[in-house]
Amino acid sequence: MCEAGTPNQFAQKLDNFIDGLTHKKENLIAVLHHAQEIYGYLPDNVQWHIAQKLDIPSATVYGVVSFYSFFTMIPRGEHVVNVCTGTACFVRGAEKLKEELESQLKIKAGETTPDNLFTLETLRCVGACGLAPVMIVDGKVHGRMQKPQDINEVLAKYRSEG
Amino acid sequence: MDIQLTINDIALKVPEGTTILEAARTVNIDIPTLCYLKLNEMHYNNNIASCRVCVVEIEGRRNLASSCSTPVSSGMVVRTDSLRAIQARRAMVELLLSDHPKSCLTCAKNQDCDLQSLASELGVRHISYEGDESEFEIDTSSSSIVRDPNKCIRCRRCETMCNEVQTVGVYSAVGRGFETVVKTAFDLPLSKTACTFCGQCIAVCPTGALTELDQVDKVWKALNDPNQFVVVQTAPAVRVALGEGFGLDPGTIVTGKMVAALRRLGFDRVFDTDFAADLTIMEEATELVHRIQHGGRLPLLTSCCPAWVKFFEHQFPDLLDIPSTCKSPHEMLGVLIKSYYARTLGIDPKTITVVSVMPCVAKKYEAARPELSQGAETADVDIVITTRELARMIREASIHFDHLKDQEFDHPLGESTGASVIFGTTGGVLEAALRTAYEVLTGETLEKVEFEVLRGMNGLKEAVVPIAGRDYRAAVVHGLGNARTILEKIQAGESDYDVIEIMACPGGCIGGGGQPYHHGNLEILSSRAEGLYREDRSKPLRKSHENPAIIGLYKDYLGEPYGELAHKLLHTSYVARKKI
Repeated sequence: MCEAGTPNQFAQKLDNFIDGLTHKKENLIAVLHHAQEIYGYLPDNVQWHIAQKLDIPSATVYGVVSFYSFFTMIPRGEHVVNVCTGTACFVRGAEKLKEELESQLKIKAGETTPDNLFTLETLRCVGACGLAPVMIVDGKVHGRMQKPQDINEVLAKYRSEG
Repeated sequence: MDIQLTINDIALKVPEGTTILEAARTVNIDIPTLCYLKLNEMHYNNNIASCRVCVVEIEGRRNLASSCSTPVSSGMVVRTDSLRAIQARRAMVELLLSDHPKSCLTCAKNQDCDLQSLASELGVRHISYEGDESEFEIDTSSSSIVRDPNKCIRCRRCETMCNEVQTVGVYSAVGRGFETVVKTAFDLPLSKTACTFCGQCIAVCPTGALTELDQVDKVWKALNDPNQFVVVQTAPAVRVALGEGFGLDPGTIVTGKMVAALRRLGFDRVFDTDFAADLTIMEEATELVHRIQHGGRLPLLTSCCPAWVKFFEHQFPDLLDIPSTCKSPHEMLGVLIKSYYARTLGIDPKTITVVSVMPCVAKKYEAARPELSQGAETADVDIVITTRELARMIREASIHFDHLKDQEFDHPLGESTGASVIFGTTGGVLEAALRTAYEVLTGETLEKVEFEVLRGMNGLKEAVVPIAGRDYRAAVVHGLGNARTILEKIQAGESDYDVIEIMACPGGCIGGGGQPYHHGNLEILSSRAEGLYREDRSKPLRKSHENPAIIGLYKDYLGEPYGELAHKLLHTSYVARKKI
């Protein structure tokens, strides 16, 4: 989920992005998106730095980050597994899918595996209702995830990628 | 263009853009509100329509509308008193109460709480909803403000005050849904943020979520310690607001009763911070002249207000050399009590407890600043209580306040002039300074001592005063947002002022965060200011340098104003802080 590089390179990249913006304060959300892409998450010091660069109170930045579920303040694993809990998926067994993932990964939704490989999360409808129930790994949709065996196979594929 | 509508069958005409709430008020219909708060003089407007208490029924509309945020439209038929509206309002308050501690009896805001009054007015007799209750940690990290987020109703009045009026930005709504609450950045304790402790958030909080750190018991303990000599001092703005705690009109001057009450409470000496305000004028005026004569940096900024001091330390650390180095008046008096006065009495300063009664919660934080002490064990001021806390102590002691006979402050640190009493309102410090500067620099008598242009609630007030062949350019700002504007001008080199008075609270100390709650009525602030100007007019001496006790203090003890001993005792230094 996050890019490779040293902390200095990360900071430089983020600063370059912000410096390139004509309107800074108005682009808080875009800046946060970009920062999360670079760092993989939004730790306090990154939020604080953004507040200074955009000249807005850090409490405001924190308020925005805490509001949107897309933003995370804790580091995520290498692969982010999302279970869709939208209406169609819910009807077709999203809860069971979530429980199966929790049991296979041995973590709860919202947590990251100790080897830092997987983070499990839930989200609302991704628009792939025809394939319900779906799970999304690193942005790729995997449909009709009803059998534990199928779920296991998907996870195994990402595991082998490291 | 005027809009015609009817509210509860009353036909009325109001200008376009008026909200239903404001329109109803013009025909004496007070729709209950909770989160809504508009303070025109402060340019404060919290109309986020989050509480839904002000809902009304509009003919032809399916849903109830929040009257605070819905503008009127032509031919609108509004009912504020329909069964549906009344029931909805009550349900809103019940829902708020379902996630609110039921500890009203022991809450610091008991009988001063907007939520409590509303529940009473709306006839809430039971809470129909049971559900989760928030469990947040109470933040007692600072010496000034206590935050109990469990009592927060998410009205965000504090946030609007802190962000828009004061431009400090300590608070934000954090999280979403049921978990939303107003917090600091990264949930830091208040003591670790750029909070100035001005307490304006407390002044607008409708519940007990934000209150001052209660120090009343500490004072009772000191008063009952036979080994402590307990000295009290009272700030200028307290004497025109304390009476409100006993049902008197705002602005009623209760100086004499207050002194009598303090003696009854058992204080060994009752001194007046006004004395030290006169002293501040001597020091600050001399400092200004010194800067002008020695090519020092201008403008000189006043430094009486601890919230303003903390504000510039965080927000303008590159300007630390322009504020006056003068300690605030109550700190000056504190150090004099523990040096000069202790020597006069022949007692060990360590056995003296100095209690300051202030209209302010930032003074609590200020008293704990390490610079404001003579060694680790001897703080210049030991305990600070607010006007509200003093009123409470007087009640606790069963003193019938309005029957007290007027008494005088103790000598010599209780003597003061009219110049010092107006320190309590915006513009007062500068007016007092100009009275003295004029006479000291010209050697002539100033006939008209009032500087009307420096008075009133305008955010920025300016005057050019010719003194001894030089034009002194002076300005007054109050409210930290106004302070920020003027400081940014100074930073950009666009300011040519010689001296600027700055107070953190809109209106100055009369509107301080430790004063009796105004509940949105800012006429109270004007009445208090008028009270201070009345007190000034009634004084035989109205210029600080004429105060005989001040003249005596320099002669017997301090030497020259801005001299060596004065520097050691009455001046301080500032710290660059992080802009968090």
